[in-house]
Amino acid sequence: MAELTYRDAVARGIAQEMSRDADVVFLGEDVAKAGGVFKATVGLLEQFGPLRVRDTPISEQAILGAAMGAAMTGLKPIAEIMFSDFIAVCFDYLANEFSKSRYMTNGQVKCPLVVRTGNGGGSRFGAQHSQSVENWCMMIPGLKVVAPSTPRDVIGLLAAAVRDPDPVIFFEHKSLYATKGEVEDGEIVDALGTAKIVRAGSDATILALALMVPRALAAAEKLKAEHGIDCEVIDVRSLVPLDTQTILRSVASTHRLFTVEENPRLCGWGAELVSIVADEAFYHLDGPPVRITTPHIPLPAADFLEDMAMPTVDRICGTVRRSLQA
Amino acid sequence: MRFGPCPRRQPCYNSAGQAYFMAKTLTQTAVSLRATPDDVDVQLRLKLYRMLVEIREAEQRAYDLFLQNLVKGTSHLSLGQEAVAAGYGAAMEPGDLSFCTYRGHAHTLARGVPIEKVLGELMGRDIGLLRGKGGSMHLTSVEHGVMGSYAIIGAHLPIACGSAWRAQYKGAKDVSVCFFGDGTTNIGAFHEALNLAVVWKLPVVFVCENNLYMEYTPIGEVTSVEHPAADRASAYGLESIVVDGQDADAVYRSAKEALDKARAGGGPSLVEYMTYRYSGHSRADPAKYRPAGELDDWRENRDAIKIYRQRMLDNGIAETQIAEIEQDARRKVDEATEKCKASPAPPLEILCTDVYADGGWAWRN
Repeated sequence: MAELTYRDAVARGIAQEMSRDADVVFLGEDVAKAGGVFKATVGLLEQFGPLRVRDTPISEQAILGAAMGAAMTGLKPIAEIMFSDFIAVCFDYLANEFSKSRYMTNGQVKCPLVVRTGNGGGSRFGAQHSQSVENWCMMIPGLKVVAPSTPRDVIGLLAAAVRDPDPVIFFEHKSLYATKGEVEDGEIVDALGTAKIVRAGSDATILALALMVPRALAAAEKLKAEHGIDCEVIDVRSLVPLDTQTILRSVASTHRLFTVEENPRLCGWGAELVSIVADEAFYHLDGPPVRITTPHIPLPAADFLEDMAMPTVDRICGTVRRSLQA
Repeated sequence: MRFGPCPRRQPCYNSAGQAYFMAKTLTQTAVSLRATPDDVDVQLRLKLYRMLVEIREAEQRAYDLFLQNLVKGTSHLSLGQEAVAAGYGAAMEPGDLSFCTYRGHAHTLARGVPIEKVLGELMGRDIGLLRGKGGSMHLTSVEHGVMGSYAIIGAHLPIACGSAWRAQYKGAKDVSVCFFGDGTTNIGAFHEALNLAVVWKLPVVFVCENNLYMEYTPIGEVTSVEHPAADRASAYGLESIVVDGQDADAVYRSAKEALDKARAGGGPSLVEYMTYRYSGHSRADPAKYRPAGELDDWRENRDAIKIYRQRMLDNGIAETQIAEIEQDARRKVDEATEKCKASPAPPLEILCTDVYADGGWAWRN
């Protein structure tokens, strides 16, 4: 057991998979010699050499296209898109190419690849380097979408993503890179499509993802200490495949549902989850499901404004308390 | 034997210090090509001609079936452009991989995919290559090395780079060949892929078929240079090469040279083939934007099949042998058509299969 940062967990996770399987290769901008702009891939070039760990030009289409071509002909590439906002310049590959190739070719073409990308706000980078765009990807048939919140989950879910035969987009949260967590020694392999109850509770279910998980947990502790409200917090971890059973079971026991989403409100992932709960657990609910989200705005750069935009511990607390007391 | 670049006054130099020349006009290139001695062996000649006429017959049949409302949706024909697909089909080794565009029937057939699999896919029948799940624009046959037909312009150039990277990493000897049109040269992915291919020295051949029109607009009206691919080659330190795309021998020779170079570790090539599309961009396009007489001129004087037929006669191949190939192609297309007509629609069970690797479409538990 050792304490590891989320950042170091990324490098350990990639190294674990590259050591295991010579078909795993890694490419992206500044990932090799520089060790990544977030220093999340330090040491991989030295360990695995320049043919397997490749610096690319600033060419996001070339990165994802090359990853696809390598995947469909036998490799298992991990591609890095530095900031998830940049997915917009290579969205064709996510939306049209490797997500659809298996279906369109009647199962002939397989694309086992992972796209890793730095997602989310809190770094004061402004509207084009701070977004949470997991919902952009969640709607695409054929893609899998994962977003870990702890160093242990980074390793375990990254390993699961690399071993998965489908294309997976892996959202690392930029504001979590410096956070630490206990990680056991040896190989760690988790399972996609498994949500995790990170705090048991009886009064309400709070669903959260990535950076919103520690905030939801802090809010739950505060609600318990200050108001005696006992919340169950679920780290959704994987939007596709989605562990609806864990969520539905929790709602059936707490009877209230909250989602904490960093994405702007319209078509955020919470909307889909609320719709599933409304369809399948409506009669378990004692009140309307409530979504706590960033408003429908581009993220501002100034720290004060950005902090006001994203869901905070206080906003989560206030919203849950008011809803339960209404 | 040298094909391609005609010398201009001043050579350019690539990063390795090698001299190369900007592309000149097709006429000069074509004349020099036709002047080369006959170095194509008879069996290869027959094979090339068979491919040319089979592609022509199959594409013509696709058009006829569309008129009969048996081909639905859209289709983009290679009528007039057969020689590029045939030349590469003949030059590529069995393990080499093709990456095609939505105008990819010809390139798919040229790798040996049965005609009924292609026509069946166009017709949305169960016999189709993809059982109707892909359609005309996505023809793929991994077993024949046809790694897909891509309908988003430019998308497959980086994909071909990735395939070539795999070959390089694995020490495999296959070459990835990427076909695209003149219009593709104006999209970003084209430039990203060329740069990456050169920087990584990948075993990939980029094949530009310049049919003079991007879709409806003449390529020259929207492109900064005369030769949309060849004149950009120098930006990537590549040789500027223009080849007569109506001459199957010229295509074959240039393909062979580019493939050999890639296989030997010499890195990528970009070759621009001058050709002409007899039909419109897609089935919805009557191609009224072409100047009067242009189509007739190409059909009369630059038709790939006419050129090749004459060359075979000039080289002593008997008229009867040629006619036999032509009849055989027509018969094969007729038989394929009947098989397709007899094939049922794809079954409903496949509607939701193969979205994910478990064979199904489940996104939740």
